[in-house]
Parts: sequence; structure tokens; C-alpha cells
Amino acid sequence: MGKLVLLDTLSKHVGPVWNVAWHPKGDALATCGEDKTVRIWAKQGNKWINKVVLSDAHKRTIRSVAWSPCGNYLASASFDATVAIWDRKTGEFECNTTLEGHENEVKSVAWSRSGHLLATCSRDKSVWVWEVADEDEYECAAVLNAHTQDVKKVVWHPEIDLLASASYDNTIKLFREDLSDNDWICLETLESHDSTVWSLAFDKTGRRLASCSDDTTVKIWKEYPPNNPEGIPTTDNESTWKCVCTLSGYHTRTVYDISWCHLSGLIATACGDDIIRIFKEEETSDSNAPTFNCVSSTERSHTQDVNSVAWNPVTPGFLASCSDDGSVKLWNYTD
Amino acid sequence: MELENINPHVYKKISDRPILPEEEDNDVEDEFDSREIFDLIRTINDPEHPLTLEELHVVENSLIDVDNQNNTIKVLYTPTIPHCSMATLIGLSIRVKLLRCLPSRFKVHVEINPGTHASEHAVNKQLADKERVAAALENTHLIKVINQCIVNKVS
Repeated sequence: MGKLVLLDTLSKHVGPVWNVAWHPKGDALATCGEDKTVRIWAKQGNKWINKVVLSDAHKRTIRSVAWSPCGNYLASASFDATVAIWDRKTGEFECNTTLEGHENEVKSVAWSRSGHLLATCSRDKSVWVWEVADEDEYECAAVLNAHTQDVKKVVWHPEIDLLASASYDNTIKLFREDLSDNDWICLETLESHDSTVWSLAFDKTGRRLASCSDDTTVKIWKEYPPNNPEGIPTTDNESTWKCVCTLSGYHTRTVYDISWCHLSGLIATACGDDIIRIFKEEETSDSNAPTFNCVSSTERSHTQDVNSVAWNPVTPGFLASCSDDGSVKLWNYTD
Repeated sequence: MELENINPHVYKKISDRPILPEEEDNDVEDEFDSREIFDLIRTINDPEHPLTLEELHVVENSLIDVDNQNNTIKVLYTPTIPHCSMATLIGLSIRVKLLRCLPSRFKVHVEINPGTHASEHAVNKQLADKERVAAALENTHLIKVINQCIVNKVS
């Protein structure tokens, strides 16, 4: 069994904290929540301190934050139906662009690997893809109405412009631009969860996707490209995705978030039972039926629901979490 | 607005809970019980009728489950008619009242009494989705309606 050790507790937010996001360099953390602020934390000496507070851009809860891959932009998505884009060209963070279009609460925002695309999703059931044109110019490239309910989360593939979305309709959908006519199309619908799918995380290669749900399970999906050696049938020369593993019996309540570390391969989950759990794949695991073991389960990681977890992109084992209890916590995992 | 259930059955209120001597003794640990939860929600007003949820048997003491060890509370409620369009609003009112009154350690489930509403599953799913509940509570119109249900009317 591994050990998850608490390094620091950051208490500045008032009310539930919904999301945590590491700067691509790993030296700053953005958090957001019900208090309508985005807070940026960085290390000073031995302590993580709240360096910046971004307020005044949103009128309601800020549900999600995301750094651009270059690290110069920060996007915040709010229940007020807008997404704010912050930059620090002047040296200080300023909101120079607000993306409007969703009819109601925006639940998630994500930048593609290249930084040229931004995806957002909402309770209005749609997923929007925005093209980052010139400086501070964002054009709507697609409005994807594939889901039949509230869309909870959008995540991009780590290498290519493939988008995955998770929904209250219990499904996950994969989208890509059809280069022949520049239309965005839904490639596949992944069905297996019995309730709302809350979050998603690709592994380092992007050939596997982990999902977590209100049905208290975590599922691992694997890509089978055309002519795969396993002989899994594909259509139209497109990959097919199959659920190759279901982790059940660990979580006792809704699993709100999942993070797949691209350095260590460890999976961390944020659960409504106040527990952060860490899963590790067995080294001899069969890729078509992998085995993941729960190597750490920390009772009362927070005093209320854990809403988000994120592995630091630079330091292996370094994890951030946040909760309804108003705190943000930093952890170190060791085998 | 037209009433959905024109003539609901009205039940008698139960008598007040007798206060026992040990409850006034600060040295005795007094855990939450179902009656305490019932007392918090029995006075919620029905959105349609000038009656409380207790008088309409929408909430009942016997349909409340408290687990102090695991910090869970489950409340089942019974809409007066199976197609009641107020079912979600009533459930939300119960949830909000308990959110405001109980310590945050409790995980509160509010669900429809099985078999008593046509859209039972959909309503339960919505009430269990804390993100939707959080968003609903930021809706100024909706929170006004909920507050009107929750406010204690002088009887």
C-alpha cells in the first residue's frame, strides 16, 4: 500500500471549492468555487500562498478553471453562462475576453494540446468548440448537440484534437473535426455507466480514457484502431473504444473527478464519501483487461465531498484536491 | 394558476415532542433522530395549498432514516398525486431546509417514496445532483419560491 501525506491546507475560499488546475509548469495552482473567485496559489519559501484573486468577472459560482498549454492564459467557466479568458500581458491577470453563447450554467472548459481550440459544455446540453483566432479572438467553430442532457465535463486528447465529453445522460461522447468539410462530428458514444458521468481523464498516450460516475464506479476505456491485432471490428476506418475495466466496490458515493497522472500512471479519484483514492495498474496487467489496485484510500481526506483532484504535471506524486468544505489541499503520494 | 390537486386529503398534525430530562442535561450526548429531522421539515409549506407537508402526509416521521455513525440522513417524501409537477420543488425545499439546519457532516438524501410519482427516477436523479441543486439555489426566482415554502408561518 502507498501513502498519501498531507503537505498543506489552503483555506481562503468561502464555501465549496469546485475545481483545481495546475499551471503547465507545475509551479502554480488555480482554484475556483462558489465564492465567484479564481485564486492562484504559488510557493513562497516552504508555504503555498494565495498570490492572486480574480473576481468581478462572474456573477455566479465558478465551476471550472483551465490553463492554456503555454501557461499564459487562464479560462474560467461559470454558472452565469459565460467563460472568461484571463491573460497577464500587462503583468497582472486581466479578463480581456468573455465567451457568451451557452444558455445556462457552463460546467467545464478545456484547452486543446495545441492551444488553438477551446471546448466548453453546459446544462443546455451542448458542447461548444471555439477556435482561438488572433489575439483574444475566439470564434465558435461548432455547437455540438449530441448529448440529450446536461454536459458535465469536456477533456481533450493529450496529443491530437480529439474531444471527449461526459454527461448526465450517462454517456461519454468523442468528437473530432471532419477535415473534408471542417464539420465537427460525434465519432462515438461510450455507454456503460448507469448514471451521470462526472469526469474524464486520458492517460499519457491518449489511447486510454478513464471515466467516473454517480454510479460509484470508475471505468477504463481503450482505443482499438482500425486493423488492431486483437481483431476488434471498427467501422469507416475509425477507431472504436471499448470499456476494458470497471472499478466497482471501492467508492461508496458519487465519484466527482478523476486525474490520470502522465508521469506515474497513477489514477486519483475525488469522491462524495470525502475520500481520495489512488489506483495503480499492475505491471503485468493485460492491456485488454487491465487490473488496477487501490493502493491508497484516505479516510476524511476532506470533511465534506471531494470535488476535484489533479496530479501536478511536473512533480510525480504531487496532488491537489478541493472540497465542499472550502479547503484546497496539497498531498504527496509515495509507494 | 390552476390547482393540480383540488381537494387534497388533510391529515392531523402529530403532537409536539415531549422534552425529556436527559435532553436538557448538557452531559448527555444527544444524537440526531428521525423525529428531530421530521420537526425540521414538517412545517414546510406546500407550494400549492395553505397547508404544511405534514398535514398533507408528504413527509412522515416513519419515512425518515438517520444514521449517526455514517452521517447519512434519508428522507422519503410522498407527492399528493402521481403527476404532481411540484414534486421537484418540494424535494428541493426539503433539501434546502436540511442543508441550512444540519451540520455539514451529514450527507442528505431526499427521494420520492417509491411508487408514488410518475417521474420518480428523474426527480430523484435531479435532487441527488448537487451541482444542479447548487445552480438552482443561485437562481433568484427559484430561491424566493423555496424560501416561501420554508418560512415558518405563524399558526
